[in-house]
Amino acid sequence: MMNTHCEERSDKAICRRLNRSPRSFRSLAMTSGLGDRLFKNLTLLFALSILAIAAAIAWELFKNSALSRHAFGWSFLTRQIWDPVAEDFGALPFIFGTLVSSALALLMAIPLGVGVAIFLAELAPRKVSTACAFLIELLAAIPSVVYGLIGVFVLVPFMRVYVQPFLIKTLGFLPLFRGPAYGVGMLTAAVILAIMIVPFITTISREIFLSVPIALKEAAMALGATHWEVVRLAVLPYSRSGIAGSVFLALGRALGETMAVTMVIGNRPEVMASLLAPGYTMAAVLANEFTEATSDLYVHTLIEIGLVLFAITILVNAVGRLILYKMSPYAEPH
Amino acid sequence: MPGTYRHRQWVNNAAFAVTGFCALLTLGVLFFILGYVTMHGISSLSWNFFTKLPKPVGEPGGGMANAIVGTFKLIGLASVVGLPIGVLGGVYLAEYGKGNTTGFLVRYSADIINGVPSIVMGIFAYTVVVLPMRHFSALAGGVALGIMLIPIAVRSTEEFLRLVPMAIREAALALGLPRWKVILRVVIPTAMKGLLTGVLLDLSRVSGETAPLLFTAFGNRFWSSGWMNPISSLPVMIFTYAVSPYEDWHRQAWAAALVLLMIVLATNVGARVLMRNQVKVVA
Repeated sequence: MMNTHCEERSDKAICRRLNRSPRSFRSLAMTSGLGDRLFKNLTLLFALSILAIAAAIAWELFKNSALSRHAFGWSFLTRQIWDPVAEDFGALPFIFGTLVSSALALLMAIPLGVGVAIFLAELAPRKVSTACAFLIELLAAIPSVVYGLIGVFVLVPFMRVYVQPFLIKTLGFLPLFRGPAYGVGMLTAAVILAIMIVPFITTISREIFLSVPIALKEAAMALGATHWEVVRLAVLPYSRSGIAGSVFLALGRALGETMAVTMVIGNRPEVMASLLAPGYTMAAVLANEFTEATSDLYVHTLIEIGLVLFAITILVNAVGRLILYKMSPYAEPH
Repeated sequence: MPGTYRHRQWVNNAAFAVTGFCALLTLGVLFFILGYVTMHGISSLSWNFFTKLPKPVGEPGGGMANAIVGTFKLIGLASVVGLPIGVLGGVYLAEYGKGNTTGFLVRYSADIINGVPSIVMGIFAYTVVVLPMRHFSALAGGVALGIMLIPIAVRSTEEFLRLVPMAIREAALALGLPRWKVILRVVIPTAMKGLLTGVLLDLSRVSGETAPLLFTAFGNRFWSSGWMNPISSLPVMIFTYAVSPYEDWHRQAWAAALVLLMIVLATNVGARVLMRNQVKVVA
């Protein structure tokens, strides 16, 4: 019934059985034809407007970054200069900051998120598991500006007083952990981001773990595996692509995250080797400078940064969706 | 001794202890955030916060009445912009868009929009609303938030309509109802609870958004009349106040955070309680 092809075929079958020509039924169908056509086309119109909006977003970003694209060309992506007075711009520090802070966040969030999911799916009683999953989804509901607030007034002092001095003392021989402890910086932003994306990884992973065929687990158990070995040998390999999908969606979220990062990353447009040094991300520079951009070229430059961010997140999301689509034809939007 | 039963048991226990620790840590962070915001928020909340306008910069006192009203105005406008497109688009996908190219494209663009960073959505609304009008406006903020509503509205509508059993549609069709009436009078009412849940979750997600409002609705410190003027909102106020140097503003930022968190979590939890007996929850 959902499919016109099927519909016609079953109609014909009914006609044959009733021994009447299809035409004599058509008059019956015509009485409601107008309403049906109108309604279908109305919903189609709204559905197509979604397509149009997606296209319009891409087009507007492209069109309104023309000045900057012509002025700087491709080298915009690789130059490390940000001088609004001389109107000379390069996006490298922001691209670097976005990628590094998100990668660091994933480094923390993947083990944590998958760990929670294993605990909820394998160890916790079903009722506890459902309740915890509910709570962890609340973590995703907290507005990003509230994370930022907690970041500014709790996490930044904590990092400055405890974590960063400790890292400098113990791992300071690595260039990654050199420099003064500002509190703000790449690492602080990554910690906030990690907390924000854990729910995405946990929610999807838990569902996949729960859907692992029981026969697979029983087979491992029958061979004498301990519970953890069942997880390691049966559950995790089976769920690998699903976890990967959830990680890509989480990454997509981290790359575009704005407020919390803007408030704790330190906002310095430079590529620094140290993770403790202040950085800047594409989203953060947009949040901070867009309303202050005075010249057309400045605005277009910022919009081009938006375009780059858009392109990267689309790519990451597309990969994630593709992986999850393969697993179930109608993966939920997370 | 690796490989012995004793050793394997030990690894088993250690590994699960680690996962348990992960769960405790994550839940601990959640409770810490909720507790901390509540603690600092409550001590800063006062009647003035809900009834007074912000005082001029640097002067202590005042409230955020305009931002609270502004937030609700923006969410209302966003619903008007986004929900019809989202819900009707979802109806198309569920009823006519299964297995055809249009359905695939629409579903795919909804996913693309869902992945667009919220700040980029702000730029989009800036280019299509603010630039032609030449000033910031509530309308621009509503458009930005409205578009952000679309993807989840589409996918949750599609999902919940699909859950309505085929037999119910066939029964209605067999009674001679045309298809559009079957959808409007039978399928949608059956799925109503689910649709409502999807919409509420969607609204709760968008009502905490700050980034798309920064250069669309912008904000102001007075009552904003109509839809064509800049309008204040709680998330933007929290941001502005948090990064300001004034002690009193920090206090108010916590109060605003508590109010915003209450609005967002009440909608979110309300939606999911509504759904408890039905199938799993989207997003």
